[in-house]
This record gives sequence, C-alpha cells and structure tokens, in this order.
Amino acid sequence: MKITKRIFVQLTAGAVLAVGAVMAPIQAVAAEKLVIVTSYPPDTTVTVGKAFTKATGIKVEMLKKKTTAGIKYLQATAANNTSDMFWASAPDAFEVLKGDGLLQKYTVKVKGIPEKVGAFPINDPEGYYKGFAASGYGIMWNTRYLKAKKLPVPNSWADLEKPIYHGHVGMSAPSRSGTTHLTVETLLQGEGWEKGWARWKDIAGNFKTVTARSFGVPDGVNSGQFGVGVVIDFFGLSSKASGFPVDFLYPKMTTLVPANIAIVKNAPNPGLAGQFIEFLLSPEGQEVLLDPKIRRLPVNPATYAKAPKGFPNPFKDKSIGSAVKFDLQLSKSRYNIINSLFDVMITYRLDDLRAATKAIQTAEAKSKGNAGAMKLIKQARALVSKVPITAAKASEKDFNSIFKKKRKKATTKVTGRQAEFEQAWDTEIKANYAKAKQLAEKAASM
Amino acid sequence: MNSFSRSQWGAGGLALLIGLFLFVFLIVPVVKVVYVAFQDPNTGALTLINFVDFFNTSLFRESFLNSIYVAGGAVLLASLISIPLAYFTTRFNFGGAVLIQTLGIVPLIMPPFVGAVAMLLLFGENGSVNLLIDEWFGFTIPFMEGLNGVILVEAIHYFPFILINLSAALLNIDSAMEESAQNLGASGTRLFRRIVFPLAMPGYVAGASLVFLKVFDDLGTPLLLNINNMLAPQAYLRISSIGISDPMGYVISVILVVFSLFSLWVSFLALKNKDYATVQKGGGGLMKRDLRPWEKIGCYAVIILILLMVLSPHIGLALLSFGTVWSYSVLPDAYTFAHYGNVFRTATQYISNTLLYAGLAALIDVVLGTAIAYIVWRTGLIGRKWLDYIAMGAVAVPGVVLGIGYLRTFVEFNVPIIDKPLSSWWVIIVIALVIRRLPYALRACMAGLQQVSIMLEEAAENLGATKTRTVRRIVVPLMSGGIMAGFIISFATASVELSATIMLVSAESDAPLAYGIYEFMQSAAGRGPGAALGIVAVLIVGIATYISHRVIKRREKELAPGVAVAAQGV
Repeated sequence: MKITKRIFVQLTAGAVLAVGAVMAPIQAVAAEKLVIVTSYPPDTTVTVGKAFTKATGIKVEMLKKKTTAGIKYLQATAANNTSDMFWASAPDAFEVLKGDGLLQKYTVKVKGIPEKVGAFPINDPEGYYKGFAASGYGIMWNTRYLKAKKLPVPNSWADLEKPIYHGHVGMSAPSRSGTTHLTVETLLQGEGWEKGWARWKDIAGNFKTVTARSFGVPDGVNSGQFGVGVVIDFFGLSSKASGFPVDFLYPKMTTLVPANIAIVKNAPNPGLAGQFIEFLLSPEGQEVLLDPKIRRLPVNPATYAKAPKGFPNPFKDKSIGSAVKFDLQLSKSRYNIINSLFDVMITYRLDDLRAATKAIQTAEAKSKGNAGAMKLIKQARALVSKVPITAAKASEKDFNSIFKKKRKKATTKVTGRQAEFEQAWDTEIKANYAKAKQLAEKAASM
Repeated sequence: MNSFSRSQWGAGGLALLIGLFLFVFLIVPVVKVVYVAFQDPNTGALTLINFVDFFNTSLFRESFLNSIYVAGGAVLLASLISIPLAYFTTRFNFGGAVLIQTLGIVPLIMPPFVGAVAMLLLFGENGSVNLLIDEWFGFTIPFMEGLNGVILVEAIHYFPFILINLSAALLNIDSAMEESAQNLGASGTRLFRRIVFPLAMPGYVAGASLVFLKVFDDLGTPLLLNINNMLAPQAYLRISSIGISDPMGYVISVILVVFSLFSLWVSFLALKNKDYATVQKGGGGLMKRDLRPWEKIGCYAVIILILLMVLSPHIGLALLSFGTVWSYSVLPDAYTFAHYGNVFRTATQYISNTLLYAGLAALIDVVLGTAIAYIVWRTGLIGRKWLDYIAMGAVAVPGVVLGIGYLRTFVEFNVPIIDKPLSSWWVIIVIALVIRRLPYALRACMAGLQQVSIMLEEAAENLGATKTRTVRRIVVPLMSGGIMAGFIISFATASVELSATIMLVSAESDAPLAYGIYEFMQSAAGRGPGAALGIVAVLIVGIATYISHRVIKRREKELAPGVAVAAQGV
C-alpha cells in the first residue's frame, strides 16, 4: 500500500507539472505578435527586432531556419499557416516561394530607395518581395594564418588559382547556399560557360574543403582551419567587427544582390508585417544595419553618411558589383543544373580534383621551357576543365525539367532521370581527372 | 490457467496501444516521406528504378562503403575506450567510480556538431595540439582529416552507449559464476575473457549495435567535418537542397533503414540461443576488490588518460566559452565572462524547454521500453517481435526524414482547445524525441530484462502474486538498472537532439537547447555565447545524471534486504 500511495503522489505531481507546462505556451501565444521565419543569425534578428519593438511597441518572434529549411517549412505548413514573414538573403529563395504562390504583394510607402544597386534591381518587379540591404560575394582571409604560412593577400578570383594557395581555400556549394550559387553563376556569366567553369575548377583544385553550410566558410577562416574563404560580405565584415584577425575584399567580378523580405500569404498579422517592412526601410531601420554585429550594405544611399570609415559604398564606388551585368533569367533557366554540375564535378569529386590539380601544379613548376611537357600539361588542364554539357544544353527547358523539384505534369515530355545523368557525368569526370593526373605526372617526369 | 489468459488480455491490449502509437507517429510519417523513393521521378508511377540508379552510381557505392567503414571503426574505438572504464569501475573498489561513470556519460550530452567544433579547435590541422607539435617537432598529425576524423569524433561522442550498457550488465553478473571460475583456477585476463565478458555480452552487443547504428546515420559530424561521401550526408544534402527533385535522398533513407534493421537482426542472431540470465540478483554483481597501490596508480593513469581524451570536446568548449577571440593560436587571446552574461540574459527559455521535453520524452521512453521488453520476452503474443523491430527501426530513421514526415502528416490536424496544428505545437517535439530515443531505452530495458531469470517471476506467481503485481514488485525492481540506464541515455541524448527538432520548432519560445546553440553558432559573434550555452547544457544534464545515479543507488539499498533474502532462498 505504501508504495502505491507514493506512486500516486508522484503521478499527481507529474500531472500537475505537465498541465502547467501545457498552459504556459498557450498564454505566450495569446499576445499579438509578428512571426518571422528567417535565415539570419540572432545577431541580426535580435538587434533589428529590438529596434523595431522599441519604435512600434510590437512584439516579434523570430523563427530561425536555414533558407532551404525555411522554404520547406513554409511549403509544408501552407495549409495552416502561422508565419507572417519570410526574411532571408537569396532572391532565388523568394522566387521559389513566389512560384509556389506562398507570398503576398506589398507596396512600400517609404521614399528614397533607388531602383538598383550595382546592376541588380532592388525590389521584385512584381512586388512580392522587397530588398532591404545589399550583399556581394568576396574573399576573406585570416591574417594570422597568411602570416604563419607566408601567403600573400589575394585580391582577385584569379589569385585563388595560384599554386601557392593549394589546400588553403574554403567555399560552400551552390546547392547548399543560395548566395554561393549567385557567386558561381556570376563568374560563369562574366567569363562565359567554358572559361567560367575552368576557373572554378582551378580554384576548387586549391580547396581545403567544400563546407556544407554557408557559415562553415567564415567559421573555418575565423578559427584558422583554412586561410582564405569565398564568402558573402557581411560574414567577412561582421567577423572582423567581432574582433577576429580577418579581413575582406570585393574582387572586381562580383554581383551585388539585395537581401530580401516578404509577407507570407494568409499571414495572421499582415498589418504588423507591413509595419516591419516600413521600419526596415526607414532611415532608423537602415542605420541598424551598420551595427558591427550585422554589417550589411544599406539600400538607402543617405545612410552611408553614418557608416564607419572604409565601409564599402556601392552607390559611390561604382567598381563594386557593376563589372557583370547579372542576367536573372539566364540564372533561373539553369539553376538546378548548375547546382548539380558543381556537386558532381567539385563537391563529391574534390579528392580526385585536388590530386589532379596538385599534379598539374607540380608538373608546371618543374617543366618550365620543356615544350613536350607543356603540351601534356595543356592536355591535362583541358581534361580537368571539361564540362559534360554545353551552355545551350544547360538552359534547355526540357532538359531542366528533369532536375526540377516538383513532379511534372503528365503533358511535359521528359526522358531520363537526374540520377541517370549525374551518374554518367560522374563516370566521365572521374576518368578525366584520373587521366589528367596521369598526364601531368608523365610531364613532370620528362 | 485463468489468470494466465487474463494477463494475456492485458498484455495484448497494451501491445495494441503501443503498436497504434508507433503506427501513427513512426510508420505513417516515414511512409509519407519514403514513398517518394518508389515513385518514378517523371511519371509518379510506382517503380524500383531509383534503386537500380542507386547501385549503378559509383558515388553512392563509395558512400555506402565509407559509412560502413566509419561505423565499424567507431565501434572498435568506442570499445577500446569503454571496456577498461566499465571494467575498472565495476570490478574494483574505487574512490571515484560514480564520478567516472557520470563523467563517462558527459560526452553524450553535447550535440555532436558542437563537439566537432571544439575538437577542430583542439585537434584540427591548425588546432592547438598540432600548432604545438608543429612548433616543437615540425610536423602535424591529421587527427581530424577525412573519414578517420569522423571516426574519432563519433567514437568519443557515442562510446557511453557501450559504457552504460556494459556497466549495467557487469553489475548484474552473478558473483557465484566468477567464484566458481576462480575455484576452478581461472584468474586475470582469462577470467575476464572467458567468464566475465561473455556474461556481459548482452550489454556489450546492445551498446555496440547502438553505436554502429547511430554512427551509420549520424549527420551532424560528417557535415561539420565537411565529409560528403557518406550515406547520411548524401541523403540530407539531397533532401534539403532547394530545387532537387531527385528521389535519391529518399532512396538513401530507405537503404539506411533497411541496412540498420539488417545489422540489428545480426545482433539478435549473435545473442540467440544463449541464456544470459543469472538467478541471483542484486548481490552486487562482480566481486569488488581493493587495489594494491601500484595497481591503483596504473588504473588511475589509464582512466585519466581516457577521460582526458573523451572530455577534450568539453575542455575545448569551455575554453571557447571563456575566450574572447580564438583564431590560429594554441589558446584564446584573452578570457571573459561576457558570453555567460549574454546567455543568461537571452537564452534561459532554451534550458527550461529542454529539461521539460527531454524529461517527458525519457519518461515515456522507459515506460514504453519496459512494456515492449516484457511483451517480447515474457508473453506469447503473436507478432510481438514486430513491436521490437518497429520500435528499433526508429533508430534507422534519419531525424530529418522524421521531421519532414511530421510536418507533412500533422499540419492539417488541429489540436482541440488550443486550436493550432499539431505540427506546430511543442508536444510534437516531445513525441519526435520519444520516437527518436525509444530504441535506446528499449535496448537497455531489454538487456535488463534478459538478465532477470524467469524463475523468479514463476516463484512469485507460485506464491500467489498476480501478473501485474509480479511485474511491479519483481520484474521492474530487478531490471531497474537497465531501466535507469535507458532513462539516462534517453534523457541525455534527447536534450541535445537537433536533426528532427530543427524541422519542428515553430516558435522560438518553444525551442530547445541544441537549437539555441546551433542558432548562436551561425554567426561570428555568436561562437562564444553558443559555447557558453553548450557548457550550461552539459552542466545541467550532468547534474541531472548524477542525481539519478544517486537515486538508483539509494533505491538499490532500500531493496537490498528483501533481495538478499530471496537470494539466500535460491
């Protein structure tokens, strides 16, 4: 009996606790609150959220998801939506949501925001999402690392191809990070399909790693796992502002793209969401972006007057982000193919690519002036940079539909499966890298 | 006879309820996701073509072999770490045995991705250790490179599975067995090899198979170390990318599930037809003896060395949480308390949420685990083994798959009263944790029950006890070691779970710790606070674990007189 009673008491206590716990979150939900799904770190969301609450008295709840997970989340919960806004960097993520009919239009009241930053329009022409800051890709490096390994500071993409950086460079993959995708695409558009890929592979041959998260790159540079990283500007600028021994620069060929915000369709509080957008674009809101922990480029040119010395200003310094006229339609037409090609040729075959690159670099250093060897090396390079499909094929509509996320309608004619193509590419690429390595080794022994 | 059939009814009803729970919260969501693997990507018709593609792709074959290599290597290394720890602490009278067993569990209560961050800072190519070695000797050791790096991190993270289960098993060995062997002249390693270790086999196999499975589908560690050529990362990378339709991610999920089930089956076979039960219980397990001074020094040396190694992630994390900037240097540049201040100002809700979720989940897990273990080993219900297989199958379901499955399945089910979709109510996180951690609790409970001789129950029933009373008064107390081990593992690991919960958190006020740490760790300025939060997590769960240790110890003492009498009777 004694034991039974004790158990009963414990059970009751447990039940009371459980009920209390159930009740607590309900009360929390009752207050009117803006729910924002965002890919930004707390440094950004908390700082902006606090400023917003201070200015308007409205409470904000930030829901942190990786961009891709955020999209999945909004898609999966669309039938019973509880989120008000989506707030992230990559414009293509917003394109996906727009395409799925998950966003609603909004017209901004604030004045003073220009049409374009660099060569890129700031707002969605159809009015579904708004740019609130600009970002561009660039190179960041760890000063202690470069000093210890006696490496020079890189200042263009081409620098990263140099043998001296072998094993010191890190980057994320376009399929993992929307902004990395933009960088890859920018270079392809700037240099052309074949030359662009050749450049990427030459850089990738020096990779220490392809990180699975976009933040893995600044993280690796900050902690000194590798010395040089290809990153979006605010990762570099905010790392520097947090005291890490790192620095950042924009190479000539970069694209500035707006980071965006949009209201989710059937948002529970569309009115509050509108106020958030207005705040973000107001002079006060724009100034928050200059906070050392955030460091994004404001879209209101007037805000730069308050920026610290040396802060890049794309509205004044026309060399930032204007070398390439970014073609959004072209990018869209081959979005998934680029992801897939990069993964097949670089991410998953990094060891093979690195080995081939190392062999070529060694051979080149050894056989200066030896015409026979140089010829072999040229062949090896050609093999490494070979891309399995042409630019025209990559943008072909039917071909792209094989790589689409959604199941096609019965009317679209599709032959072949993604896995089938990737497997064929992989076989070809692996053989090419192995052959290139062989040729380079032969050249080195000549 | 009458009471027998009545008890069958009770057990049958229970089995049905558990089966229903597993069906709704495990099978349906997983099938909803996995179904894609059997669809033709172009037409949507049912097909097996995707599996043909899988085995035709060299990348996948390579990933498959890599995963097996890493999982096997991790089991080996984890065994090397845990066998001496378990043996020394259960075999000898040792001052700090409880402390060591608690510290030995601590690695589990750090999300593997956080452990990997700290390990990189210490053992990475430009980590503290290598910077020192490079300065002194002019070379570096690639601890963290490639697959072997994954093995190192995984073994250090998951070895407690073996430690806990093996310790529980060792504690349950009848010392009479050992005495007989000694009387027959066995001693030292021979005694261990031929008598002690084989008797503890159920515990070891339970632990080792868990390690194998966990490592086989662990995602965080390879991702953090940027290893892509393994199955789980391949599945994740493919499922979570935007715009990739391809069913390969789901095919890999199916293969993970199938292969995990297969290895479970192999571990079942290994133990089949062997009787590990010992009649006497609670007699204190192995004979403990005092160590001679020099032996003591040796033991301490081994244990300290091992603990230093397995606690290195924590040491690294502690340094990170107190350091200002730590970049390409042996130690941080300067130290500060600011990160802790930051955490206590902004992040306390993560801590209370975690205690609530993990506590509830672990409680439900041991109840379910005990019930399933009992149904499987003590009743003749048809299909009872399937309960076990299905519950264990959860171990093979990648967290991401479960998360996506829940979102898809429960988004349109509105919970009455609070009027919110079930998929965005915090309870769904608890359910996900229950399902994800059930296999751990279940294996521990199984091992506990397997070592209880059925004769004791028969004796109780002969003396007139009902089935329920027997379960409550005899079975559960005797297997309490296993149950407690199950609770601790479930609780500790549930409190650091990330992969499923990251999909299911729908409001920051509902978010658990691991999510908070992950969030902090995604920004340059957040590394310190993230580490501080990690340390807070480790302390809290560590203290909770220590307290529960004390609780079982006390309970064992309370029970001891009664058991001793029973033992004399045998």
